[in-house]
Amino acid sequence: MDLFEYQGKQFFASFDIPVSAGDAVTTVDDAVAVAERIDDYPVVIKAQVQVGGRGKAGGIKLAANADEVREHASKIIGMDIKGHTVNVVWVEHASDISEEYYASFTLDRSAKKHLGMLSAEGGVEIEAVAETNPDAIAKIWIDPVDGLDEATARSWVEAAKLNPIATDGAVDILLKLYRAYTEGDADLTEINPLILTPENKVHALDAKVTLDNNAGFRHEWAAYEATQERDDREQAAYEADLQYVGLEGSVGIIANGAGLAMSTLDVVNQVGGTPANFLDVGGGADAKKFVDALTIIDNDPRVRSIFINIFGGITRGEEVANGIVTALGQIDIASPIVIRLDGTNADEGREILKPHLSDKLRMEPTMLEAARAAVELAGASA
Amino acid sequence: MSIYVDENTKVIYQGLTGSQGRYYGLLNRDYGTNVVAGTNPKKAGTDIEGIPIFASVGDAVAETGANASCIFIPAPGVRDAIIDAAEGGVEFIVCITEGVPAQDEAWFFNKLKRDFPNVTLLGPNCPGIISPGKCNIGITAGHIAQEPVDGKPSVGIVSRSGTLTYQALYELKLQGIGVTTCVGIGGDPVPGTSFIDCLERFEADPETSAVMMIGEIGGSAEEEAAEFIKHKMSKPVAAYIAGQTAPAGKKMGHAGAIVSGGKGTAAAKVEALVDAGAKVGANPTEAGDLMVEIVHSL
Repeated sequence: MDLFEYQGKQFFASFDIPVSAGDAVTTVDDAVAVAERIDDYPVVIKAQVQVGGRGKAGGIKLAANADEVREHASKIIGMDIKGHTVNVVWVEHASDISEEYYASFTLDRSAKKHLGMLSAEGGVEIEAVAETNPDAIAKIWIDPVDGLDEATARSWVEAAKLNPIATDGAVDILLKLYRAYTEGDADLTEINPLILTPENKVHALDAKVTLDNNAGFRHEWAAYEATQERDDREQAAYEADLQYVGLEGSVGIIANGAGLAMSTLDVVNQVGGTPANFLDVGGGADAKKFVDALTIIDNDPRVRSIFINIFGGITRGEEVANGIVTALGQIDIASPIVIRLDGTNADEGREILKPHLSDKLRMEPTMLEAARAAVELAGASA
Repeated sequence: MSIYVDENTKVIYQGLTGSQGRYYGLLNRDYGTNVVAGTNPKKAGTDIEGIPIFASVGDAVAETGANASCIFIPAPGVRDAIIDAAEGGVEFIVCITEGVPAQDEAWFFNKLKRDFPNVTLLGPNCPGIISPGKCNIGITAGHIAQEPVDGKPSVGIVSRSGTLTYQALYELKLQGIGVTTCVGIGGDPVPGTSFIDCLERFEADPETSAVMMIGEIGGSAEEEAAEFIKHKMSKPVAAYIAGQTAPAGKKMGHAGAIVSGGKGTAAAKVEALVDAGAKVGANPTEAGDLMVEIVHSL
């Protein structure tokens, strides 16, 4: 789960990482009120969208007084940035900047250790620094059992060649950022830029945080969950507890298992179609799961046909077939459906489906043939 | 032969008293797996259909001589369950549970490596492991796996995906091709056992003649496996990579299946495997056909 900048700053603040005093608001009047309360102009008004390039798009503006706050906030709230509507702006005191650094923690899947990256060249895309000047990034690999201690953090900061004046402040922030990453159950904590002010203070000017959804059980993340950007299809799938990813094509996909679902997208593409979604209906043969999955897919205006791809393992073919038949008895599906059923007791499952076959419900013996049929139907009913 | 587990493997089910643990534990016993014990600190002294329940893995090992465990504990308890198993003295731990926090996975992977170097962890978030005819630990349907056939070459399977593994087992069975061991390493970011761990064992196993490998997008485990295949393997490999059309930045069901920052794409993985001399299918069926072709040419 990706947090908005303002949530990232709140998350950081809960680990005592210094961020600028500020607040998130949804109206122009509230933006002015926050600026007046901060009472330290200039302030900066920042559009809260989860997409890069918001500065260039006019989503970040400085304001020297309340009138300018009103002027900029009214332009930014409601603005569209690369397809994302700005509903929230963050207002904070505009910091004076002497130097800009970069700091982050993430998992190195290959090394199976935590990776810390620190650079004296902050404020720009770290990928660009990695490309043009890789030596400017000081990396450390941290064994999760050991954690990060102060001495290690200090030599890391020295290796990154930050301004020596910034050392103590940077060490302090890095230790806290590591805590936020591990105890906070983040997949990524990133500060870019981490700044040194003319007063020789170090603090986080931005906050990029990705939380690990698997760890939600031990945190209070309801407020973050509530603001996740999902389209209507994804919201419905989230509420039905289905593994769903919305795509742009015309063939709706249902498969049992994440690997098989991914593979189904591949095959639909290979035969010239475009998938409308990824959907893993999971193991088991619960009719309700199929009702939810079929409803979400059929409500998608992009969808012209639906491909149900089932491989029976411990859940047998006839159980899944019964689940599908029950589901289809409960709802009316507009798009034609193609089913491929294979694996354990596939023959028994196919027998159960046979009496229900029609123009709207076809069955094909293999994944490829079913994909071809679904793609053809998507074209025919377009 | 088989890798990791065989007819001598004695298994403890951590979470045997829960609904999933009971269901699969008993199915595994029906298959022929030596299911010798379950654990639940609150139900020690009771039994599940004749399988004794102990308070800890240590107690169960002392009493039954078990050498493996299978975890069906809900995600919040997995970290403790894995340490309980390692301290209890088993050498092979299969963790079926999905939804384990990545921080926990990174921690216990390194903890095991340091303090319990003889312990192998498979998973979390994996379907388990089956050596057909000998031992089945986890949620694989045993009857879709073909036992090695005397005098004919057999294959080993290693996979990040559950259903695609079942499909591979099934297609090989239809062709009468036996499987020595099928290992589901799971779809999480820090799998306890990697492709390379399995490839190394398959290469060393005299009964395994070829290997089928099923990968997916995300991370670089397939590229690392390709390096191993290129330089260290003499046995032929057929492979499939799921997610060739997955969009960047979206997790495709599995926590580890994500293309991020242009890394972990299927195209890069396929290229590395082809370069290593593996036969890579464009879809699971084609990969299965390639495997059959390889076996028939042996």
